[in-house]
Amino acid sequence: MKKMIFAAAALTFAVSASIAGPAEDREAMMKSFGGALGQLAPIARGEQPFDAAVVNAAVEALNANAMKFDVAALFPAGSGEGTDALPAIWENLADFEAKAEKFKADVAGVAANPPADQAAVGAALGVIGGNCGACHQPYRAKRG
Amino acid sequence: MKLIGKLAIAAVALTGASALAFWWLTIPRTFPGEVVAAFPPGDAAEGERIFWAGGCASCHAAPGGDGEARLSLAGGLRLKTDFGEFVAPNISPHPTDGIGAWDIADFANAMQHGVSPDGRHYYPAFPYTSYARMIPDDVADLFAFLKTVPAVEGKAPETRLGFPFNIRRGIGLWKRLHLDPAPVASIEGASAEVLLGQYLVEGPGHCGECHTPRDLSGGLKTGEWLAGAVSAEGQGIVPNITPQGLSWSASDIAYYLETGFTPDFDSVGGSMVDVQKNMAMLPAEDREAIAAYLKAIPGHPNGYPARR
Repeated sequence: MKKMIFAAAALTFAVSASIAGPAEDREAMMKSFGGALGQLAPIARGEQPFDAAVVNAAVEALNANAMKFDVAALFPAGSGEGTDALPAIWENLADFEAKAEKFKADVAGVAANPPADQAAVGAALGVIGGNCGACHQPYRAKRG
Repeated sequence: MKLIGKLAIAAVALTGASALAFWWLTIPRTFPGEVVAAFPPGDAAEGERIFWAGGCASCHAAPGGDGEARLSLAGGLRLKTDFGEFVAPNISPHPTDGIGAWDIADFANAMQHGVSPDGRHYYPAFPYTSYARMIPDDVADLFAFLKTVPAVEGKAPETRLGFPFNIRRGIGLWKRLHLDPAPVASIEGASAEVLLGQYLVEGPGHCGECHTPRDLSGGLKTGEWLAGAVSAEGQGIVPNITPQGLSWSASDIAYYLETGFTPDFDSVGGSMVDVQKNMAMLPAEDREAIAAYLKAIPGHPNGYPARR
């Protein structure tokens, strides 16, 4: 009996997790990108000295997370309701996927050849950052 | 019978007087010839800075483009608003489809009075209410620069709105209420940097056109300058960028305008993406001046309702 209750509770949990899941998963992933970029920006801005260890770690973390960016899992149809993800994503899914792939490729490119000085960190942020806007322009709701 | 006759005459007279008043109040007003004649010759190299500050490409180039595509000014962007759908025209130097046949008087009247070369009012979706604050040098330089970009064939479709907004003459009344080239914010003891920022934000940058709420007649509520607004395009909101709404440092603001990254490493989104791309093209001093101005203006509570 106890087992059954446990199983039922576990099932309920699993179901609710999979309903609320994609939006939370993708938000967590976006935040992880932000965390990695947040390590790089103060160096690009000259607020912190260039430190190869910090830069390499941030770039690797960003790349590792970016590789997990799976449109099908994170943006299943119908998962936009109540979030900032606009219906345009699913109306232009091929374009959305292409933009996600370009983002991953650009991050992988930076990770393969990590920036070696302050200027290169700024340049890398420029390459990566363009991808953020490219998707957030058509596919994320305006917010304040 | 006598009374009815008198009433009829009075009614006709009143209608006539109203029509005359409407006609007179809504005459498209332009620069006197001697003012335009005094515009300096433009410098195209200087004008490029004004082009980016003015955000021309945001509406007149195809959205989402990069590099050379931002200089292809064929128009066609549709702004869907409560008043109807506005279509941005071709402003490339094409002689018939664009503005290649214009002279500086045509250009200055369009930019600062919102009047077309054939004497019609433009809809204020074209932000001449802000451009009216530009200095003549910058208008002339911008015009010179616009002559250097590629001529693109193809006329964008005409903007067609429903009644009563389809009566362009009515915009003359709207301009009497809302077209005022005076500076908006009064900032005591403003530094030269803040004043430059004020010029860029309130003039060419036309930031207030989206970041300030509008009243029922579509005019900006200048008492809530830059307090944020429900997006004119209906989806979402445009944030409050007064010190009460934006806690970022001046350096954060300048960095955001340069790179599109917020201080917490979110990124620029929505129509601000193209604006930020334009701002990234400016000299660093201009972005720093804009930031200094945004830190110096009076704070206001959000100009839009609380979210969800």
